[in-house]
Amino acid sequence: MKRIRKHPLDGLLRPERLPHLWCPGCGLGIALGAILRAVKKRIEEGYLRREKIAFIGGIGCSARASLYVDFDSAHTVHGRAIPFATGLKAVKPDMKVIVIGGDGDIAGIGGNHLMHAARRNIDLLVIMMNNMVYAMTGGQLAPTTPTGLYTTTTPYGNPERPINVVKLVATMGANYVARASVTHPPLIERYVYKALGKKGFAFIEIISTCPEVFGRHIGMRDAVDLLNALRERVVVKQRPHIDESYYEWEGGKFVLGEYVDKDDPSYLERIGVIKG
Amino acid sequence: MMARVEFINANLAIAEGVMTAGLRFFAGYPITPTSDLFEYLAVELPKRGGVVIQFEDEIASINAVIGASWGGAPAMTATSGPGFSLMLEGLSFAIMTETPLLLAYIMRADPSTGVPTKSTQADVFQARYGAHGNYEIPALVPWSAQEAYELGAKALWLAERLRVPTILLSDATLAHTFERVEFVPVRRAERKRPKVPPEEYRPYEPEDDLVPPMASFGEGYNVMVESLTHDERGYYAPTNEAHRKLIWRLVEKVRRNWRLIHDTKTYFMEGAEVAIYAYGSTARAAYAAVKELRRENLRIGLIRPTALWPFIDEDLKNAVGSARRVFVVENNIGLMYKEVARALRDREVISVPIIDLDLPTPEQIIEVVKEWRR
Repeated sequence: MKRIRKHPLDGLLRPERLPHLWCPGCGLGIALGAILRAVKKRIEEGYLRREKIAFIGGIGCSARASLYVDFDSAHTVHGRAIPFATGLKAVKPDMKVIVIGGDGDIAGIGGNHLMHAARRNIDLLVIMMNNMVYAMTGGQLAPTTPTGLYTTTTPYGNPERPINVVKLVATMGANYVARASVTHPPLIERYVYKALGKKGFAFIEIISTCPEVFGRHIGMRDAVDLLNALRERVVVKQRPHIDESYYEWEGGKFVLGEYVDKDDPSYLERIGVIKG
Repeated sequence: MMARVEFINANLAIAEGVMTAGLRFFAGYPITPTSDLFEYLAVELPKRGGVVIQFEDEIASINAVIGASWGGAPAMTATSGPGFSLMLEGLSFAIMTETPLLLAYIMRADPSTGVPTKSTQADVFQARYGAHGNYEIPALVPWSAQEAYELGAKALWLAERLRVPTILLSDATLAHTFERVEFVPVRRAERKRPKVPPEEYRPYEPEDDLVPPMASFGEGYNVMVESLTHDERGYYAPTNEAHRKLIWRLVEKVRRNWRLIHDTKTYFMEGAEVAIYAYGSTARAAYAAVKELRRENLRIGLIRPTALWPFIDEDLKNAVGSARRVFVVENNIGLMYKEVARALRDREVISVPIIDLDLPTPEQIIEVVKEWRR
């Protein structure tokens, strides 16, 4: 007799919408699991009500997460998840609106919205999965791709420097900025849990591994090899300085930690939609 | 009780109309000749419990409107040609996800930056099919500040009633024309609500009128807003069957409900042998021309659609009656002429394209009509 074993997070997923499109060895599942454990904890503690949580994604592998979770959710236009979420939050201030997207979606095509949403300090949680490549479309250059690496559109090596999204968002005045990594799932869970309790703009970058596209192109197709290569480059700090946030792949470090944690008045407080 | 009367332009009239119809959210980016509509709402809408946000561009604006609409709020943005071009991807998203929203499109002279403070009617096809994909959406076209008030309210109502983005196509001439506006009662914008409990609800399952009831976020329905081709649940369905079914329903939803959209006005058409077809601000000059020509005993009338899209042949034929010759007068290179000529194959249809940064004059129109009389 076959026994159907359920995943502990099945109650928060849409199993009938599965299978997902993520490749074997992809880091996104690790990240989503940790995110959902944090959400689940907030629900079980009575801090969040399930029907008052929304997941908004744009286009890309990471953004698909919003379709696999069993909440009010949206699969929006590439790069425009943050404006969608802003409009939703403005008329539904009692909801916790979570944006999940990749580095291309959030910091590339959607970079202008990210910058202004952080400056506005609008009450959202934006989670950017950073696999440093355009994965869904087959491995093209991302604004986050480290210098020198091969992508299909920089076949002679990336001549550009990667955008430091953590520093950008911090500079724009967000209330909470943290960087985590799929090599350290408990950190993801802890930061998401914390960010869910923040007012104003909260931003978490999760460094993720894409063995099928990013890894393959740099000679590291094996998922475990790539994960280990990332782990070697990761440093965890309690309260890192913002100047420690820049990364490179060759000879660089990914410094994880909570870069910003403050309580400036949020946008919705300032316009009187929610009480300070 | 007498309705309030104000001396205002069409932009402010739109703002008053949509607020009376129940607008709760506006997102926008400044652009001539639209900004006074935005500024007026920024003052007035918060007083009525609504939210107004200026975004970093038109792309953000329309996507925020879509988000607010899924939050249950009657929502709108306003722009002109360049901004509309930026909004097109968002508009296509709203069409696919059947998101109610109003887009006030105040045309200005064209292409590119053109003459921002002046107008033509160059963008009627942009309003119809500017975005990517197969679709139909309603576009209403007022000819006065009074009608801007009424059609603004109606467009918001239609958007909610049909779960479709709706365009109110005005222009810079009307935006700068101050006239008497009576704030007559208008219908409140309301969408169909789910009639089943959340576990049975499917966000894209239509009723007989092809419009699906719409649950908002935050009500426990676990709604899925899906931009991919989807089934009734909102789940990705990359098959011919599902795609054809969805596309034809989105199109037929608007076409079959055309009687809710169209309210074509006719003037002096009883027994008319000749007709002018004109819309928006240009119809004002056409109306003056018709009256003048009738003084010279020409049996001429005016057909003035208040909705350009979807184009309904039956509606036009009813308006034309027995007129055998139709002049299509418009402030562009002859755009609506293409549709009118196609629909009226058995009549003589003449294009009268008069590009004028202010308005075609009645004299210009009279001259053309008389030319053909000889």
